[in-house]
Amino acid sequence: MAHIVGAGDTGFGRHEGRSTIDLMTAAAAAALADAGLGRGDIDGLVCGYSTTHPHLMLATVFAEHFGIDPVYAHAVQAGGATGCAMTMLAARLVDAGQCRRILVVGAENRATGQSRDSSVQTLAQVGHPDFEVPYGATIPAYYALLASRYMHVHGVTEADLAEFAVLMRRHAAACPGAHQTAPITVADVLASKPIAAPLKLLDCCPISDGGVALVVAAEGEGAHIAGMGQAHRHQHITHAADLTETGAALAAERALDEAWAGMDDIDYLAIYDSFTITLTMLLEEIGFAPRGGAAAMARDGAFGPGGALPLNTHGGLLAFGHCGVGGGMAHIAEAYRQLAGKAGARQLPGRTTAFVHGDGGVMSSHVSLVLRAD
Amino acid sequence: MTTLADHYWAGCAAGELRYRACTACGARQTFPRAFCPACGSEAVEWRRAAGTGTVHAAAIVTRAPSDAFRPLVPYAILLVDLDEGIRMMAHGAPGLTIGQRVAVTFHLHDGRHLPRFVPL
Repeated sequence: MAHIVGAGDTGFGRHEGRSTIDLMTAAAAAALADAGLGRGDIDGLVCGYSTTHPHLMLATVFAEHFGIDPVYAHAVQAGGATGCAMTMLAARLVDAGQCRRILVVGAENRATGQSRDSSVQTLAQVGHPDFEVPYGATIPAYYALLASRYMHVHGVTEADLAEFAVLMRRHAAACPGAHQTAPITVADVLASKPIAAPLKLLDCCPISDGGVALVVAAEGEGAHIAGMGQAHRHQHITHAADLTETGAALAAERALDEAWAGMDDIDYLAIYDSFTITLTMLLEEIGFAPRGGAAAMARDGAFGPGGALPLNTHGGLLAFGHCGVGGGMAHIAEAYRQLAGKAGARQLPGRTTAFVHGDGGVMSSHVSLVLRAD
Repeated sequence: MTTLADHYWAGCAAGELRYRACTACGARQTFPRAFCPACGSEAVEWRRAAGTGTVHAAAIVTRAPSDAFRPLVPYAILLVDLDEGIRMMAHGAPGLTIGQRVAVTFHLHDGRHLPRFVPL
């Protein structure tokens, strides 16, 4: 059984003058320190991609730079699901006996390493180059299409979506290293400038610099990875068969089945939240909230620190920030910290079982993990 | 070499919406391919869509990705279900709502005749 035995991050925001490799280095060093391990203890490396440092062999570049000599190393690409996919791969490698201690690293200077236009255009390329991108589509536009349909079918309102922006800000305010910590209200979200209606600026995660690393090991204390599942039903939103059944529930079911766990066993949620609609759709498709009912649960406090299903207590992509692959890894790091009793002032009492979900593309690539406290 | 995408966009320039259909199993393609992804047959042909459909989803973009699109903002991006049973992305007239019946027109932007749906 594979365990997460360490996590480290750089804090998210603007790290002027620091490269992808610099941020990977800082996150990896912090994860090793948390695990009480040295470079020589690591025999595997799985890393993500970086839009500011595209390279055919980023894992090998990083291994050389950081000073490790792994018996297994390569990069993984699954968009926003990469963090969960890397962690799943590391767990499988450990379970298969290929490696004993794997460093999992994702980082990028996404905010300061390129212009905002460059970032928007690079990310829009998850769309179809011939039949989507030529319409001036962007990632917010793809998710706005999803939002429009979801709101129409399930009666979700813009004020409902806004609840999650407010909640993530509140959580980020209690988390060191978060990118956006100033409190906001539903009215602030509704009044923020339009980006791609029905989504407004505060429905969208910020673009951040930062990095996160984990250590996945065959032995040790922390949290073990009890279940893993994936689903990949489309790449392009135009090709999605049903915008309300995207594959998220399939991935979740596969992970829960492997863990011999039911939804009732889950007492912590770490759910990908690139936009407020992302979080709403994932909570409702997977089944942690009824269709059209996630916002009401948020208003009732279900997803807060005192609720039954505390959600993204670090602030998620919407407020802790989004630096690319590291953004999706921050959810896993926080789940590990909550389960291992390492969440500091944010520590929740008695968490036993966390459900983690990453979404890549436009609800295209889904990876779910079930983590249990050791 | 003329690609399938080139042929699609040449259709738009000529005022017609083209799509690919399999003559073996009948499956119609969201994006044109040389083969049928449903059955694997290479007996796939071009057909002309009537150009009418129903709005499935609608977004209004105000933050354009590039200088080429900034003069257009705000612009509507739609998913439209064509009457032939194919979903496509397109531009739309202002104010279109989900479920509304629409018909295709074309507007030249940045070198392409982009499909733009208007109320039927």
